[in-house]
Amino acid sequence: MSAHDIATVVRAGERLAQDVIEEYLAAVDEREAQLHAFNHVLANEAREAAAVVDAAVARGDDPGPLAGVPIALKDNLCTRGVPTTCSSKILEGWRPPYSATVVERVVAAGAVPIGKTNLDEFAMGSSTENSAFGPTRNPRCPDRVPGGSSGGSAAAVAAGFASVGLGSDTGGSIRQPAALSGVVGIKPTYGLVSRYGLIAFASSLDQIGPLTGSVSDAALMLEVIAGHDPLDSTSIPEPAPGLREMLHAGVDGLRVGIVEELADADGVQPDVAAAVEQAALALEKEGATVERVSVPSAAYGLSAYYLIAPAEASSNLARYDGVRYGLRVDGPDTATMNARTRDAGFGPEVKRRIMLGTYALSAGYYDAYYGQAQRVRTLIIRDFGRAYEHFDALLGPTSPTTAFELGARTDDPLSMYLSDVCTVPTSLAGHPAASVPFGVDGDDLPIGVQVLAPALGEQVMFRVARVIEAAAP
Amino acid sequence: MPGGRARISRSDVEHVAALARLALTDEEVEQLTGELGAIVDYAAEVSALDTADVPPTAHPLPLVNVFRPDDPRPGLDRDEVLAEAPATEDGQFRVPRILGEAL
Repeated sequence: MSAHDIATVVRAGERLAQDVIEEYLAAVDEREAQLHAFNHVLANEAREAAAVVDAAVARGDDPGPLAGVPIALKDNLCTRGVPTTCSSKILEGWRPPYSATVVERVVAAGAVPIGKTNLDEFAMGSSTENSAFGPTRNPRCPDRVPGGSSGGSAAAVAAGFASVGLGSDTGGSIRQPAALSGVVGIKPTYGLVSRYGLIAFASSLDQIGPLTGSVSDAALMLEVIAGHDPLDSTSIPEPAPGLREMLHAGVDGLRVGIVEELADADGVQPDVAAAVEQAALALEKEGATVERVSVPSAAYGLSAYYLIAPAEASSNLARYDGVRYGLRVDGPDTATMNARTRDAGFGPEVKRRIMLGTYALSAGYYDAYYGQAQRVRTLIIRDFGRAYEHFDALLGPTSPTTAFELGARTDDPLSMYLSDVCTVPTSLAGHPAASVPFGVDGDDLPIGVQVLAPALGEQVMFRVARVIEAAAP
Repeated sequence: MPGGRARISRSDVEHVAALARLALTDEEVEQLTGELGAIVDYAAEVSALDTADVPPTAHPLPLVNVFRPDDPRPGLDRDEVLAEAPATEDGQFRVPRILGEAL
């Protein structure tokens, strides 16, 4: 059921939030053992929160635009008093003493958190197989991955365990699982949504965003979570753009570019490339002009990303030292305790990224790797800027392939990294992007088409996304 | 390295692990030596672009320092925070001996 429809009937007193949540909890009971979308199901907490929403309605109060909407929260979003693990042994059992701003906002809008969802450990991965607590499976085809790192939230929405979900996207971690699981995923403009209480991976890239069953629910969710937060110094100090009022404005007169470096990237499955072309035709039919455009440095996005993101991660993850929270493995002195704790607590991919980032930042290599990647980041921003002189929005695949089988890419880290080739360039620019489901491939697996827009171009992005959604086969 | 293939040796990995405070096992060092070499070779493709006059971007937003009024307000509850720590004593985090300190 759409979030919009749930909130409408709950606010009108036509349906109890408590009945809605029971329906979703029943779906969780039925398939969660098979799919493992959650690290932690909040059944009792959800029942209590739904009762609070119903009591507000009974009093004549408005619980808000997400009244009674069951929501899945990625387990790297801090929830006060509720375990928040990042799917890592190093944080197993930790109960944060505060909640993320986005969690406060969705709850204040009446949403009912139903569980904390599985992810690749510390959001590092593209399949949710890097979780210390076991992989999540794709609801559409359980021997396949749901994508990652927000695979648990994508699977929860796709399986009907929640009406909507929240994820985080550093290099594609909302959009790619949305594409592989057949749901809508939005990475907002960097700074539009507060990162306060999002456990940091790469701070210049991380953004929180919604995963939903429809473009219109995504607009509703983004309106609730967007906006300035004094607790995040990188939060944009201006009012967030209204989205739902623009949603049905259409694309007549818009100029849309297909990004050659994304559409023609190595390894793009023919079905996926065809879906992008078909989506472009649908936009033309509605009055947009579509042309191909080159964003040359985007071809270097993945290389630059795999220097910048690990470098930032190696610094951010220095805080897991066995002193203030989480796991400790004792040693004769503090340095040994730190090192043993970190070796025991982090999984292989997290160690790989910490090592890669530390190497890229170390004396003698800093300028050649991290410094060069930062200069390439400037070129990518410039090239996108040039493209947006001629285009209102850009188009490409979200993921080069549809959902792959569990285990298919776990032995070769580079092959897993290539899953991000189409999502990373715009992340480096800090721009917004959406993944919209658009048909299926020959194996009946969902395909996602990606809509890119310039910074704070969410209104145009949603208009384009809505037309693509309406034309989807 | 610019213009050439990166080579990562076992001792590079051991050095970086020490910097990153990771007590890697021998098997992990062995595996990471190969994996990091391959990843760094791939990432080194960035050196193909001419960036002679290009400034670096550390952040997508033009960041300015953000100030707030200096009004006192409550922080996190100390007992609640300490309850999550592996070891505490007298309202403080407790850690093993710090190397080199005469205690």
